[in-house]
Amino acid sequence: MTRGQKALRYGVLLGFFLLLAGPLLWQLSLSLKGAGDDLYAQPPQLVPSDPTLGNYSDVLDRVPVLRYVANSGLVALMVVGGNVIGATLAGYALARMKFRFRGLVTGLFVVALLVPIESIIIAQFLLVRSSGLADTLLGVALPTCVAALNVLLMRNAFQAIPPELEEAARVDGAGVWRRFWYICAPQVRGVMTVVAIFSFVGAWNDFLWPLIVLSSEENYTLTLGLNRLRGTFFSDPRLIAAGTIIALAPIIAVFALLQRYFFRGLQAGGIKG
Amino acid sequence: MSTPTLVKPVPPPTRQGRGGVGRTHDRWWAPWLFLAPALGIVVTFILFPFVNTLALSVTDATLLKPGHFIGVDNFVRLWDDERFRTAMTNSLLYVVCVVPVMVAAPLVLAALVNGGGRLLGFFRTAYYLPVIMSSVIVGLIWTNLLDQRGLVNEVLRWLSLVNEPVGFLSDRWLTLFSAMLVTIWSGLGYYMVIYLAAMANIDQDLYDAASVDGAGPVRRFLNVTAPGVRSTSALIGLFSSVAAFRVFGEVYVLTGGTGGLGGQNVTVTMLIQQEGTGLQAETGYAGAISVVMFVVLGGLLAGQLWYQNRGER
Repeated sequence: MTRGQKALRYGVLLGFFLLLAGPLLWQLSLSLKGAGDDLYAQPPQLVPSDPTLGNYSDVLDRVPVLRYVANSGLVALMVVGGNVIGATLAGYALARMKFRFRGLVTGLFVVALLVPIESIIIAQFLLVRSSGLADTLLGVALPTCVAALNVLLMRNAFQAIPPELEEAARVDGAGVWRRFWYICAPQVRGVMTVVAIFSFVGAWNDFLWPLIVLSSEENYTLTLGLNRLRGTFFSDPRLIAAGTIIALAPIIAVFALLQRYFFRGLQAGGIKG
Repeated sequence: MSTPTLVKPVPPPTRQGRGGVGRTHDRWWAPWLFLAPALGIVVTFILFPFVNTLALSVTDATLLKPGHFIGVDNFVRLWDDERFRTAMTNSLLYVVCVVPVMVAAPLVLAALVNGGGRLLGFFRTAYYLPVIMSSVIVGLIWTNLLDQRGLVNEVLRWLSLVNEPVGFLSDRWLTLFSAMLVTIWSGLGYYMVIYLAAMANIDQDLYDAASVDGAGPVRRFLNVTAPGVRSTSALIGLFSSVAAFRVFGEVYVLTGGTGGLGGQNVTVTMLIQQEGTGLQAETGYAGAISVVMFVVLGGLLAGQLWYQNRGER
């Protein structure tokens, strides 16, 4: 590459950086601006001249953000636990056990994978409502607590284990549970992590389903609580900004810690070039 | 995983399997125990509601009463429903405008950030950040930016490009385009990573040969990279069109939950949510909208499968 081409490349990269990360930085700046800052200064100022953490304590005072965080955390915990356990067990059965109707059951999971959630969401709500789970966190978590996609991901992972490994244990008299627990499950830990991370992000970020299921404010998950911020503080963008930064912190922390799994997960998601 | 980790030693069985020493035989119900949690959830919460949606769509059910069979009346009513037409227009327009960008722009982005080094790694991570954010947060961030007195309008005013603030969040079409922009903003990084994975499979010799022939970076991109990821582009086309047609959060937040003045910006998913929830919910009618959505998305999927099969033969 010539020098000019290189400069152009990094110029474009920087442009995209401003476009994609810039709004976040602006939001962060906004959340730190104090009473002494002119929000509508010409030209707009990125660095606050009167920095304060007051917006954060204000939001925490006026809106039960921590309650929302706890609710979201509880839902995420149920969803992550359900997916890791349920998908691993089912994936093992589909990949490594022989039984009648195995093809049929695999087909059911494929069909379930293809059903768009939005198109069945009213029927899901009627079901949750008639089981008395409307307006509960359990009702929010249950429908996604084992996703068909994760079952199929785990199935693929288990299929990649060489059969000799399990056969040797079988000859030694290990029953199916032992072979699963001691031989096969440890081999697929990486994919289990991917399933856990993506279930967490999905549960933490979900909006439409909690919006439909939950009605009383003390059960709100974080996304619902945030959505209300706009109504409550419409006049003060600084408070909205502080609220979004509080909501973003946990997910960015998870991302920073487990970054390589995010990228691996997307590649393991069955998308081949 | 490609590299097996160390196998834990298996403790000797406390009780020999049936038949003493030698290979054990699994009981016939063992697989079903393993499958029970997953199968239970998926059948109860996905497959049953799916069948129930089909059933609902031909009844006049409301939230409070089960309803009677009314044949295709709901679908006839949809045909004349102005709101439904608006929603279909908005959602289809979303697909038409968002998908080409989602197929092309992330590929350019991937080609630019592909390679070693810390700086490129930093850019990759930064570009991916919007992907992990909830549509509500994304919507709030952009509400702040696009508001009457938001950053975008202030910058435009500062540059003296406009006198009056632009109604990014109030004008009928601008609101829709703003929402599309937000969707694109939060999806670019996702498809970029998928392209990066596909690009790793392109034979390096092809690049070398192109270089020998005197092809510069742009030529190499057009003649090697782009054709090399064609099947991935097709998949991304499918994924992003399904996602675009299902759009909900961005439009919901940007319009403050209303779907715009007089519902001018509702999408199909928003319409399902509005018709199917609340005390006046007409669940039968919402079911009919859901069936239409299902048919549209099924059509997209079938088209993609047909295209792929044709390519493989």
